[in-house]
Amino acid sequence: MSESPVLELRDLRVWYGSPRGAVKAVDGVSLHIGAGEVLGLVGESGCGKSTLGRGIMGLLPDGAVMDGEVRLSGENIVGLSGRRLRQMRGAEIGLIFQEPMTRLNPLMRIEDHFRETLKTHEPGLQKAEIRRRSLEALGGMGIPPTRFRNYPHEFSGGMRQRIMIALALVLRPRLVIADEPTTALDVLVEAQILGILADLKRNFGTSLLLITHNLGIVAEACDRVAVMYAGQVAEEGDARTVFGSPAHPYTRDLLRSVISLRTTGLHYIPGAPPSLIDPPSGCRFHPRCSNAMAVCADRDPVEMRAQSGQRVRCWLHGPETQIPAGGHDPLAREEIAVAEEA
Amino acid sequence: MSMQATERRFFGSWGRALEPIRDARGVPRWILWAGVALTLFFVIMALTAPWIAPYNFDQYQDAAGHRFPKQGHPSSEHLFGTNVQSTDVLSRVIYGAQTELKVVVLAVVVALAIGLPLGLVSGYFGGPLDRALVLVMDALFAFPYLLLAIVIAFLLADRLGQGVLTAAIAIAAVYTPQYFRVVRNHVISVREEPYVEAARALGARPRTVISRYVFQNVIQSVPVIATLNAADAILTLAALGFLGYGIQPTDAAEWGYDSSRAISDAGAGIWWTGLFPGLAIVLLVTALTLLGEGLNDVLNPVLRRRRIEAVTMQASVGEAEVEA
Amino acid sequence: MARQTTSLRTYALTRLGLVIPMVLILLTLVFFLMRVAPGDPVSAALGGRLSPKALEERRHAGGYDKPILVQYVDYLGDVARFDFGHTITDNRPVTDVIVENGAATFELTFAAMIVAVVVGVTFGLVAGRLRDTPVDVGIRLFGIVIYAVPPFFLGFLAQLFFGQKLGLLPTSGRASPETQFLLSIHTHFFLLDSAIDGDWAAFKDCFLHLILPATTLGLIISGVLIRLVRVNVLQTLKGDYIEAARARGVGERSVVFRHAFKNALVPVVTVLGLQVALLLSGAVLTETTFNWPGIGFELVRYLNNRDYIAVQGIITFFALVVVLVSVLIDFVNAWIDPRVRY
Repeated sequence: MSESPVLELRDLRVWYGSPRGAVKAVDGVSLHIGAGEVLGLVGESGCGKSTLGRGIMGLLPDGAVMDGEVRLSGENIVGLSGRRLRQMRGAEIGLIFQEPMTRLNPLMRIEDHFRETLKTHEPGLQKAEIRRRSLEALGGMGIPPTRFRNYPHEFSGGMRQRIMIALALVLRPRLVIADEPTTALDVLVEAQILGILADLKRNFGTSLLLITHNLGIVAEACDRVAVMYAGQVAEEGDARTVFGSPAHPYTRDLLRSVISLRTTGLHYIPGAPPSLIDPPSGCRFHPRCSNAMAVCADRDPVEMRAQSGQRVRCWLHGPETQIPAGGHDPLAREEIAVAEEA
Repeated sequence: MSMQATERRFFGSWGRALEPIRDARGVPRWILWAGVALTLFFVIMALTAPWIAPYNFDQYQDAAGHRFPKQGHPSSEHLFGTNVQSTDVLSRVIYGAQTELKVVVLAVVVALAIGLPLGLVSGYFGGPLDRALVLVMDALFAFPYLLLAIVIAFLLADRLGQGVLTAAIAIAAVYTPQYFRVVRNHVISVREEPYVEAARALGARPRTVISRYVFQNVIQSVPVIATLNAADAILTLAALGFLGYGIQPTDAAEWGYDSSRAISDAGAGIWWTGLFPGLAIVLLVTALTLLGEGLNDVLNPVLRRRRIEAVTMQASVGEAEVEA
Repeated sequence: MARQTTSLRTYALTRLGLVIPMVLILLTLVFFLMRVAPGDPVSAALGGRLSPKALEERRHAGGYDKPILVQYVDYLGDVARFDFGHTITDNRPVTDVIVENGAATFELTFAAMIVAVVVGVTFGLVAGRLRDTPVDVGIRLFGIVIYAVPPFFLGFLAQLFFGQKLGLLPTSGRASPETQFLLSIHTHFFLLDSAIDGDWAAFKDCFLHLILPATTLGLIISGVLIRLVRVNVLQTLKGDYIEAARARGVGERSVVFRHAFKNALVPVVTVLGLQVALLLSGAVLTETTFNWPGIGFELVRYLNNRDYIAVQGIITFFALVVVLVSVLIDFVNAWIDPRVRY
């Protein structure tokens, strides 16, 4: 790589407390995003991807602990002071939330939202300059200046999301994290928003971490993709490669589950996502994996490079040297209980 | 998980309902148990009054016929002193608990008996009946409650006399709109819930829907409202007694009435006739409020706070990347 | 589904239109409540004191021998013209009672409201912000206990301490006899009247007399406000837009003051309207305790004398005040929260 990545995660862990023990939402994740790159982060609900997004911003609930490195343009932000973190939020990293309907203060006009954001980071700004930059950001999202003084409830869901994106971009952050930005929107609006997000790279050179459970979005908009399962990255690489020749059985099963016009039978992955408080031993996917071998229940897989070039954590890809005798034998197991209550 | 599951199976739906109370930690827990303890104290006092009170509430002479001192200082015979009618203050405080609880329980029951069904029906069916009821109840609700209670108590006194029943009805009349409103609002929000809609789609009759789904849900908010209401009702009863529209002193002891007699005593420096009844009011109302607020803190999902276990991270094992 | 905000003016007109049914219901209630007692007002008040013939004349003069529906219509007409008749017992125009004593009550409740709002809102905000700390618990306990104290008990304690032992503050009446004798009445608001005349000695005297009753009533009401404001703050701090603001780097103090507190206080305004009913109830007790010659005080007096005309007039007045306040509160609410206008 010619330049250092905009975002680099090294062995990041985010655990938070619950009445039943520590939830290991993110348990050893390493990723990187280059300048102007779009990385998709996919996984089922409850795999920890939202926590990852929040963790990068430092927006975790009370009682959560973080370990590892999060380097934003080389600077490690884990353990940074509250003040420095606040300086970064909005100005260097932006966050777009899932549910746009409730993310704007109902008593404040859009104008006030922008003024607050801009003045927090650049206190000396004059009113005219604030207005100019706000309108510019809004205009890029297709919101006309006449609506600058409206209240949030006067906008539809799609428009509110565009306002949120404009707010996230107005300070030109280097990295934007989009946490399921279109999940709550209908398909047509989703297409518009995705188009906007895809344009970020072109228009501003912003890097984007796109968190979603929708594989279709990733295929459309992302350069690279990371597949997450039970708090860890199962597979990561170029989007076309991962979707074209998936290396991890989970990715393969996910792709098979996608419904298209050619689908003739419903395919699903048996079992349910594992508990993050007490995850399965060895490879966390082994209880649901049709390729599971004996070693998979025993040892954590090692990160390897697959034939097609992506990173993958799966014993199917070796390393041979670390698989004991008999480790290749298919895993003997009982019927998988459906929807086991934790 | 098996222990919890067994517990749940044993207690059934009650167990599930009580789970938040068992789970409560920290401040809400103390508030709740303080409220329970203090309320129990008064309830026991009220129930055992005839046995624990040294004298009768309207007794002004001892067994031998000697009159008690008038406005006598607290002494060994009269721990809280005596008032201007030569009755023992401590006994009147104890019997007063009985009076307060009697009236308030009666009032709350009557108000619930009217307000709850009306609210259920009105909220579920809507329509012109609902609109009419809402207008009337809102008007009643907006009116200063004490004035309403005074007028009703006054008017009823002509027919029913100034006793427990009159006071209870007057108070019930004032608080019925509150139950109506709360129940109706709750019913309206529950009515739109998907599971109710599903039941209706499956063809359930209104009666079934109301009794099984709506009622179960709504009944949960009743204990909190009733308890907080009871606290308010005590204040209203005492106010009525203070102004002279409450219970007659010859019928029963009532803290508000005693307080009104004591106001003039303050000028003469006599503090015991007013202090103890007043304190009793404060303590009982506080007890009920703590109980109600404690229940609310624990049961209300908005305010509930789960106990958070502390998280300790062990050092992670390093990974070596190996090229295939 | 965006909605356009109606102008405040449209809202006001619509709201005023809804006043009529509410007023009618209250007036009907009052009318029939007064007729529940057996006999007619004249006999009830003066029964034993006048000869049957004189009673008959008075009854006829008061229109009590007409059919009930006619009386009802007459009553409504009278109210519309603000003609409440004359008291039976002391032949005072009821309007005079309302104006003179009503002013006294208004002074008291207004001062009490100020105390309640200042104490209640401040403590409530602090308690909500510092949830579950000793400060929070202390404030909550204070709020609960102070509301449990009946006005007459506080008054009793005040009489004991201030009246007897310390003698600092007057515990009875609206002003000392000399001041009352010398004060020229313009508005019946003693504080205003003395200020208008520049009579600062009188002003001080009236103010001192106001302190104990107003503080007593105000503190008791603040108990309710504390709890309410606290709960609202807790609820608001959970809001999605709060998290979104933090994600943009808005400082904690801004988040708390500009977003949380302001939004938390919006429902409080509505509650303040309900507090007026509470205040009026409490005023009756407070006036009786401190011999404050307000309208509650007079109501009790007339009720004891069975002067139903006076009672009816006073209660009608209360009903009208209640309706007026509820309209005002709705209006202020619409002004603050743009979502409310329909």
